Amino acid sequence: MITVGLTHYLVLAALLFTLGILGIFLNRKNVIVILMSVELMLLAVNINFVAFSAALGNIEGQIFSLFVLTVAAAEAAIGLAILVVYFRNRGSIAVDDINLMKG
Amino acid sequence: MLSTEVLAVFLPLLGFVLAGALGRRLGAHGAEYLTTALMLTAAALSISLFGTYALDGQHTTITLMSWMSVGPLSVDWALRFDALTAVMLVVVNGVSAMVHLYSIGYMHHDPHRPRFFAYLSLFTFAMLMLVTADNLIQLFFGWEGVGLASYLLINFWYKKPSANAASMKAFLVNRVGDFGFALGIMGIYFAFGTVSFDGIFNQLGIETSFKLFGWTLDAVTLSCLLLFMGAMGKSAQLGLHTWLPDAMEGPTPVSALIHAATMVTAGVFMLCRLSPLFETVPEVLAVVTILGALTAFVAATIGLTQFDIKRVIAYSTMSQLGYMFFAVGVGAYGAAMFHLMTHAFFKALLFLGAGSVIHALSDEQDLRNMGGLWKKIPVTWALMWIGSLALAGVPLFAGYYSKDIILESAWASHSAAGQFAWYMGIAAAFMTAFYSWRLLLMAFHGQPRASAEVMSHVHESPFVMLLPLLVLAVGALGSGAYAYDWFVGEGRFEFWRTTLAVGEHDVIHAAHDVTGWVKHMPTLMGVSGIFLAFIAYLWVPKLPGALVRMFPSLHALFYRKWLFDELYNALCIRPALCLGRVFWQSGDVRLIDGLGPNKFAEATKNAADELHAAQSGYVYHYAFVVVFGLAALLIWLTW
Repeated sequence: MITVGLTHYLVLAALLFTLGILGIFLNRKNVIVILMSVELMLLAVNINFVAFSAALGNIEGQIFSLFVLTVAAAEAAIGLAILVVYFRNRGSIAVDDINLMKG
Repeated sequence: MLSTEVLAVFLPLLGFVLAGALGRRLGAHGAEYLTTALMLTAAALSISLFGTYALDGQHTTITLMSWMSVGPLSVDWALRFDALTAVMLVVVNGVSAMVHLYSIGYMHHDPHRPRFFAYLSLFTFAMLMLVTADNLIQLFFGWEGVGLASYLLINFWYKKPSANAASMKAFLVNRVGDFGFALGIMGIYFAFGTVSFDGIFNQLGIETSFKLFGWTLDAVTLSCLLLFMGAMGKSAQLGLHTWLPDAMEGPTPVSALIHAATMVTAGVFMLCRLSPLFETVPEVLAVVTILGALTAFVAATIGLTQFDIKRVIAYSTMSQLGYMFFAVGVGAYGAAMFHLMTHAFFKALLFLGAGSVIHALSDEQDLRNMGGLWKKIPVTWALMWIGSLALAGVPLFAGYYSKDIILESAWASHSAAGQFAWYMGIAAAFMTAFYSWRLLLMAFHGQPRASAEVMSHVHESPFVMLLPLLVLAVGALGSGAYAYDWFVGEGRFEFWRTTLAVGEHDVIHAAHDVTGWVKHMPTLMGVSGIFLAFIAYLWVPKLPGALVRMFPSLHALFYRKWLFDELYNALCIRPALCLGRVFWQSGDVRLIDGLGPNKFAEATKNAADELHAAQSGYVYHYAFVVVFGLAALLIWLTW
């Protein structure tokens, strides 16, 4: 029987964060997946906050995680809105088509 | 400060500055009237100065300011006034004023008149600096100034490629002469330790030598030879003469002022100014004599065959300059100055007259397309006759007195070079008369060869162009007889005093005593030349063609100007161009540009080509770099 301690939470958060980053890097298909990856990274951060809050007996980390959830919701809304407009303008949201900044 | 002397020299400069800087504001008329008025004033002042310094025999040096003082070398801006300066002042300012006046009429179609008149005034000022110099450096300043003005004026119609080429040729050929001149000044400074004329004349006869590649050369002799090289360039003597005929690309008033009356005589003036020095180096004088004589002869032979009215007169100028030089060479400085003065009048007259003909014929310069003009432009015709009579040395006209005394001096010098010069001069006198009448008869007499349309437009020039011609004609008629006594007659010692050297053997004195047939030869030659021209070009018009067919190679030699241009092309210009191309293509383009700026630019471009692939435009690439960069930074900071 393993006791679940702070380390386990931090490892889980790090794994989730790395998954999110890889999702951004390796994804070639869809911008929505990028948005989901960003969401995943934010949640990984939230787990960190809550884990430290519980471990240190400090309420501020939990308060901060609520703020992050709010910001993440707003970010998802804005991101999807941009995506819709982008699709209307260019007819595609495939990541490989979005390279207007090419030098 | 504003004495007559200073005004006479600096009024043309004022004209140049005003017309040059404010030409647009003054307008064409303002600029031309202003400069002409200033020049006329300066000319009037010069005549009063002639009274003071030549007739009353005073002399003075007005030091304006110190120019430079470097170690033992100190040079002043100074105006030296004596008889020689006074004569040159009258010639320069007089002819320049007439040419300014004439140009008002001649140039009245030209849109750039303020520039033209500014250049003319600039030239006059530079020439005045030259003739009033009291040291060699100031003389050199004026020397280069007239060269610059000549270049600017030959190229006045700068849209003509031929004018561009001619002005560059004039400038470059003069560079060769000026190179010698500058070296000569340095040699003089080396030998005498000073560049002022008085300082040089006070130390005549010193012995200094150069050591050059193991030879020991007399410094004074070598310096004088180099100074003469400068004179050859400026005065178009054989070898450095090729620029003068081409300089006729400039407007005709410019040819009259610069390339006939004043600038080209600067070499003669310089030798006369330095006559005490040149008297001490008889070897150089012998060279001057022979070169002058050859110039007189060769130029006359070329003049026989040319068809461009201005070129004929240009070769005649060159030939007359040859006379002046061999007069200097045999020691008859007074005679050289005398011919310089009379020549200025009649040659300016001939050039301006030719300009009047060209003007009347709507810019036609080829003698073959002229003829039968005398009834249409009688005043010009009469004035050209006067100028030609003076040039040919017909008795009572100006050229008769000056050319005769030169030839008599050459004969009386009793040197081999002098004898050679006499024979060359006599032959040239014959040819001079012949080609002058060839020009007159082809231009004014016989049947008109111009098209009927051109002939219907032929008109006499306006009064503003004829007035200067009349003034110069008076000089061409009377200056010889009037000034004979001052320049070369009994009054010459009173007139020149110490400004011109008189050798141990007074050549001019001996010249008055030569035997009868020698005295009459020049006149005889002149008259027979005129007579032959009448036969060849009026009475038996088939004769010239027959002569050309009889001596085709001789005619080709003369017509192609003794192949000097071809020779210089092959010897100097082509090799120089080839060398330039080598330096340009392999030195500049390949070596300096190739390894320097171009190589650097190429390397930068290659690096950019490599690097720009990194800028893919995909957001996830950038995000990758950001994250890994951040990670690397964190690792590095926390290590």
